[in-house]
Amino acid sequence: MSYHKGAVYHFKPLNVGRWVIWGGYALLMLVAPLVWASSLSHTMLSQIGIAIIACLAYNMLLGQGGMLSFGHAVYSGLGSFFAIHTLNLVGNGTLALPVSLIPLVAGMFGLLFAALLGYVTTKKAGTPFAMITLGVGELVWAMSLMFPGFFGGEGGISGDRVTGPRPLGISFGPQIQLYYLIAVYTFLCTAAMFAFTRTPLGRMLNAVRDNPERVEFIGYNTQFVRYFAFMTSGFFMGIAGGLAALNFEIVTSEVVSAVRSGAYLLFTFLGGAVFFFGPIIGAVLMVLALVLLSELTQAWLLYLGLVFTFMVMYAPGGIASLIMMNLRVASFGKLRPLLGSYLALAGTGFTILAGAGAMIEMVYHLQLNQALGPELTFMGARLNAKGFDSWFGASFVLLVGIVLFEITRREFVRQWGTTQEEIEKEIKRREAIA
Amino acid sequence: MNASAASSPYAVELRDVRKSFGKTEIIRGCSLAVRPGERVAVIGPNGAGKSTLFNLISGRFGLTSGDILVNGRKIDGLKPYQINRLGLARSFQVSNLFNRLSVFENLRCAVLWSLGYKYSFWRFLADARDANDRAEQVMEMIKLDRRRDVLAMNLTYAEQRALEIGITIAGGAQVVLLDEPTAGMSRSETARFVNLIREVTEGRTLLTVEHDMGVVFGLADRIAVLVYGEVIAFDTPEAVRADERVKEAYLGSVLADQAVAGAGH
Repeated sequence: MSYHKGAVYHFKPLNVGRWVIWGGYALLMLVAPLVWASSLSHTMLSQIGIAIIACLAYNMLLGQGGMLSFGHAVYSGLGSFFAIHTLNLVGNGTLALPVSLIPLVAGMFGLLFAALLGYVTTKKAGTPFAMITLGVGELVWAMSLMFPGFFGGEGGISGDRVTGPRPLGISFGPQIQLYYLIAVYTFLCTAAMFAFTRTPLGRMLNAVRDNPERVEFIGYNTQFVRYFAFMTSGFFMGIAGGLAALNFEIVTSEVVSAVRSGAYLLFTFLGGAVFFFGPIIGAVLMVLALVLLSELTQAWLLYLGLVFTFMVMYAPGGIASLIMMNLRVASFGKLRPLLGSYLALAGTGFTILAGAGAMIEMVYHLQLNQALGPELTFMGARLNAKGFDSWFGASFVLLVGIVLFEITRREFVRQWGTTQEEIEKEIKRREAIA
Repeated sequence: MNASAASSPYAVELRDVRKSFGKTEIIRGCSLAVRPGERVAVIGPNGAGKSTLFNLISGRFGLTSGDILVNGRKIDGLKPYQINRLGLARSFQVSNLFNRLSVFENLRCAVLWSLGYKYSFWRFLADARDANDRAEQVMEMIKLDRRRDVLAMNLTYAEQRALEIGITIAGGAQVVLLDEPTAGMSRSETARFVNLIREVTEGRTLLTVEHDMGVVFGLADRIAVLVYGEVIAFDTPEAVRADERVKEAYLGSVLADQAVAGAGH
C-alpha cells in the first residue's frame, strides 16, 4: 500500500500503536496474578478472563451486528455442560484428550448449537430477533430442568480438572496454572475476534447493523451475514463456557439461565458496545460486581440497576465511549480545564450516593436483619434504621447532593459544549492548512 | 434456473407487468424494453408509479403478474441480492447509506460481493487490494476522496447523494437504476451531478426517475412516460416532446410550470 498517497500516513503510526496495545494487553495478563497475589484475586482474574471472552463474543452481535440477544447464555452454558461431561470422560479414561483442549471442544459445541438454533433466530432482525432469542433461551432453560441426567438437576454436574497427562508437570490443579491457561485462551480469542472485525464478513456485519435493506441491494443476503456472525459468536461463547467449567469444576443449570444472559447484555453495554475494547471493561466490572459488590452489600443488584439506568440515559456508548471522548479532548490539549468539573461531579455524585445508599441500606437492614437490632454502620457512620435523625440526615445529604450535582452538571454540559466547539474549529483550521 | 434463462436481447425487459396493493392496481400493464447501453428516463406525474416500478425491477416488491427480465433472466420471485448478482444495482430516493461507516468503508462494502469476497472471514480487508483500489477509484470519481474517513452520517446532503450513487455503481453492475438522483439539490449542484452521473454510468444501461426536465432531456436517449401505472409513450426526447398524448397528460403542464419557475429566478 505504500505506493499510495496518504496510505503511509494512515497505516504506519497505527501499527506501532497496535503492537504497543497488544503487547501491553499480554503483559497485563501475564503480571496481573503476581501483582494481585491472593487466592481470591487469582479466582477473580480467572473469572475476568472468561468474562472477557464471553462479553466480546456477545458484542459481536450487539455492537457489531446490531442484534440484541436475550438468550446468549445458552451457548456458553451448553459449552459448559459439554465441557464438564468431556472432562468426566477424560477422567474415567474413556477419552484421551488433554484438559487444556477441552475449552475447544466446548467451543465446537457452542458453534454446533449456534448453527442449529441460530438458523431460526437469525431469520429475523431487530425486535423479532430479540424475541426469538428470548424464546430459545427459555426453551433451553426448561430443557435443563427436564433432563436431569445431562444437566444434573438441582445439584448440577461436577468434575475434576486434575486428570490425564501432565506435560511439564502442569496439572491445572493450582488456580494459578489454570489462570494462565485461561489467559492464553483470552488473549488468542481477543485477537481472533479483533481480526474478525477486519475481514469482509466482519465489515458486512457492520453494514447489516447500519442498514440491512441496503445490504440486500449490494449482493449480500443479510440473513446469512447474521447467521455466520451468530455461529462465530456461539463458538467463542462455547470456549468461555468450557473455561468456566474447568474453573469451577461444577456446572449447574443456572449457566443457561436468562439471568446469565441478562448479565452479558448488561455488562457489555456498560463497558461500551460501540468500541471493540468496551466489553473488556464490561467483563472486569461484571466480575467485580458479582464477586466484590455482592459481598459488600445485599442491595448490590439495586445499585447495579441504578448505574445501568444512569448509563443508558446519559452515556449510551458505555464507559468505552466516555474514555474515547475524553481522549479526543486530551489529544487537543483541552482536558485540563475539565478536570475541576470532573472532581466536582465526582464529589457531588458521591454525596448523592452517600444519602441514597444510607436510606437503601436502612431499608434492607429493617427488612432482612431485624434480629440484629435497628443499628447499622454505613460508610463509617452509625445509623439507626428506626430513628428519625438517621432518616432526616440521610435525606438531607441526598437532597443537597442532588441540588449540587445538578448545578455542577449544567455547568459541565456548558463547558463540554464550548470545548467541543473549540475542537471543531481547531479541526477546520488544520484542514485549511493541509 | 434454466427455464428462466429465456433469451432477451434487452438489458431490462418488462412484459405486461402489473402490481396491486390490496385492491388498488398501481402498475397497470407496463411493457418496456431497454437496450444495453441505453439511457432511459422514466417521467410522469406524482403517484404514477415510477418508484414502484423501480422497486419491482430491483426486487424490493414482488410482481402481481407479468414478467421482468434482467440481462435475459426472469427475476420473478428473486430476492434483491439475487437480482443484484445478475448485474443490476439501484440507488434510492432518500439516501440509504451505512451511516456509522466511513465513506471509504461504505464503498468498500459495495464492491466486496462483485469481487468474490462473499462471506469470507479468513482473509483481511487490508489485503484485499482489488477491493481497496476499486473503492478508492470510485471515491475519486464521485469526488469524495477528501472526505475518505468521514462517517456517512456526517456528510452534507449533496455528499450523501454522491455517496448514494457511488455505492450503486461501485459493484460494476451493467444495469443501473437511479431513483431521483438529483432530488433536493440546487441548480448548480444538479448540473454538476448530471455530469457525474453521465461519467459514472458510461457504457452501462441507465434507468432513472427524474422530475427536472432539464436533466431528463440532457441525459436520456429515450424517455418513458408513465401515467397512472401505464407507459403512454416511450421514445426519443424529441418525439416525446411532440407527442400529443404526453402533452395532454403530463408534459405540457410540467414544462409550463418549469418555464414559469425558470423565469421567476
